[in-house]
Amino acid sequence: MTDANSSLSHLDLETPEKPFLDANELVINMGPQHPATHGVLRVILRLDGEKVLGLECVIGYLHRGVEKIGEHRTYTMFNPYVDRMDYVAAVSNGLGYCETVEKLLNVEAPPRAQHVRVVLTELNRIASHQLWLGTHALDIGAITPLFYTFRDREEILKIYEKYCGARLTTHAFRIGGLQYETYAGFEKDVKNFLNFFRPKIDEYEELLTTNRIWLERTKNIGRISAPDCIALGVTGPVLRASGVKWDLRKAQPYANYKNFDFDIPTGQNGDTYDRYLVRMAEMRQSVRIIEQAIDALPEGPIIAKVPKVMKPAAGEVYHSIEAPKGELGYFIVSDGSTQPYRVRVRPPSFVNLQALEVMCRGQLVADVIAVIGTLDIVLGEVDR
Amino acid sequence: MGQIIQYIESYLGSDKTPGAAGNMFWALVYIMLVFVGLSVAVIAMNWLERKILAHMQVRLGPMRVGPHGLLQPIADAIKLLLKEDIIPTEADGFIFWTAPFIVVLAAFTVFVVVPFGPTHAITDMNIGILFMLGVSSLSVLGIVMAGWASNSHYPLIGALRSSAQMVSYEVAMGLAVVSAILMTSLNAEGTGTLSMIGIVQAQLAQGEWFIFKFFPLGLIAFFIFAVAMVAETNRAPFDLAEAESELTAGFHTEYSGFRWSLFFLAEYSAMIAVSSIAVTLWLGGWLRPFPNLLSGATWDQGFSFFPGATFLFFAAMCFFNAARMPKHPLFRIQTIGLAGFGAALGLIGLALFIPAVSVRIQDIFWFAAKVACFMYLYIWYRGTFPRYRFDQLMRMGWKVLLPMGLGVLVLTASVALLQQKIWHP
Repeated sequence: MTDANSSLSHLDLETPEKPFLDANELVINMGPQHPATHGVLRVILRLDGEKVLGLECVIGYLHRGVEKIGEHRTYTMFNPYVDRMDYVAAVSNGLGYCETVEKLLNVEAPPRAQHVRVVLTELNRIASHQLWLGTHALDIGAITPLFYTFRDREEILKIYEKYCGARLTTHAFRIGGLQYETYAGFEKDVKNFLNFFRPKIDEYEELLTTNRIWLERTKNIGRISAPDCIALGVTGPVLRASGVKWDLRKAQPYANYKNFDFDIPTGQNGDTYDRYLVRMAEMRQSVRIIEQAIDALPEGPIIAKVPKVMKPAAGEVYHSIEAPKGELGYFIVSDGSTQPYRVRVRPPSFVNLQALEVMCRGQLVADVIAVIGTLDIVLGEVDR
Repeated sequence: MGQIIQYIESYLGSDKTPGAAGNMFWALVYIMLVFVGLSVAVIAMNWLERKILAHMQVRLGPMRVGPHGLLQPIADAIKLLLKEDIIPTEADGFIFWTAPFIVVLAAFTVFVVVPFGPTHAITDMNIGILFMLGVSSLSVLGIVMAGWASNSHYPLIGALRSSAQMVSYEVAMGLAVVSAILMTSLNAEGTGTLSMIGIVQAQLAQGEWFIFKFFPLGLIAFFIFAVAMVAETNRAPFDLAEAESELTAGFHTEYSGFRWSLFFLAEYSAMIAVSSIAVTLWLGGWLRPFPNLLSGATWDQGFSFFPGATFLFFAAMCFFNAARMPKHPLFRIQTIGLAGFGAALGLIGLALFIPAVSVRIQDIFWFAAKVACFMYLYIWYRGTFPRYRFDQLMRMGWKVLLPMGLGVLVLTASVALLQQKIWHP
């Protein structure tokens, strides 16, 4: 995706094809302004009628140089910037960054902070999956689930707003713990939400899971095998739907996920329907985790002792968490000064997007839309 | 002068449609009435679709322009008329310009034979249903022209999809229609008819709506038609031609302003047109429900109150909502407007109770009520279903509906033959 010509060379856009009768292959630019590309993704499709012969993603329309900005900000100052990458899962981004810097500084957040972090992050996973479900269903033509999911997502955003004042780019966590103690009634609000939300998952499923058209549109669409997933570095629900039981919350427990009891839902076929089922099951698991975390919320300090001016010893650290969309990794190099020497982000959406071509080749145009939806990409994170 | 008045008066009291009676004046009056009625229906449908869909999706829909958004369609119409009419440089100007008119023409022309009542039709053609199917399928021409002339990829794909879809579903639709027409030949005289009015009169004579005839054959034929007509009008879940998430807006991507609104008008009037076919063929057209079970003068009298009662109900709803309006000076005009609208509806409702009026209007009322049910279904489908993919759509048309249609046709013919030759020779 560097040079326009080299990146498109394998598509043979320039070489004239031998025409079959009067038919020519059709090259279509889907995006960057397109209702179904989830932002400013541009997909160059090479079509034979409706069949996709090949495609190329062109990204960078939302590039803000977040990684470069990180080199000119102190560790604390960079914290709010990460919220702007995956803006529908800002809390997860913040958790990843805070934990990475904590690793670099060799501090650990106190247990209460860890618990609150888990609660907010899992709420965020639900919110992110809700947004995915609504937009994915909308792309496939079912317009109603979108409004249901947005109505319910609002309740999560209300909790965020009460907790830290922001709804979307929350900046909820601080390096070393939390800035804010939970507000009075936080536990009650979260529990109310869980009770409210549990039947809502069934409501979403009622409209889609056994819907004939939904099944036809998602089963065997955009299949990707487990080896392909691993070779492409695909993570998150997409990987798990292909049958690989890989979840960083279990595989490399961070925060205090090892204290909670939950399952990792997996699929078998690696098609769009399985990815749908996996995400629906993940929402249910998140509810379980939140329930346990909120019941066992310990008392105590909410922030560990961290120096006012952070000067981590020179060195490098890589830490990754299971964001709603997959493995979100931060690689930070410190040169001993107040600012990171280099911040490298491994965003799940960017890596998962590379699977688009494998999943779409040979399918129809309508499936490309379904696959973009099922990959659950956020362009803010892809481009950074 | 006297001759002219006599010419105009000569039609009154006739039991034929003006077209069949050959009275040009009344034919023109009817054309105007149908045109105005249809436009009002499209405007109402626009508002209703937004409101009903919105309520299905836990939102309010238009609320700002007029009380409960009642003036929204008018505001939209004004906006569309004032918009710049863009013809893309690369487009084929003439075809681009003509296409919407062909679509609108096709959508409106079919109403020439739609029977709103035994005499309430512009004309009664002896090939009525054939005319309707033929003319309504002309609209595909306009869609292909629009897609082609836009000279852009998305409209082209949209037009291709749309033409293939409409052509294939027309086959299944035709077979279902034929099986209904077969049923008309079971009259005492034993002659079938293609006339729209004749079809309804056949149902009246046989004392049975065709949807219940030879149960479940009539029902299956109706089902095939009900599916095919959604595909035929390019509505959800078969709205591939304008699949928003895939093709931005399909064949009318490049259209704007007035020309776009013509497509919109055509889409909705086509919906009404195919629903009228379904109502005429299977649901007894203008006949009131339960003609056998609840027969007799008393019931006739009772059912004749329905038109007025419906309008009074709408009026009551307006008053109820006007009473619920926030008591705030900002809402005063809206409240008065809503109450006024309710009062107008109430007056219409009261007028419909006058026996002389209700006798003339109730055919139209029952017809409209049945069509309105179909319109609601259209909205309901849109709120519920995801969209089919193109190949799945084709598979369903050719591999499911077409064999079903053929089977129903053969079975209906055999049963009809048996009935005529063996059971009631």
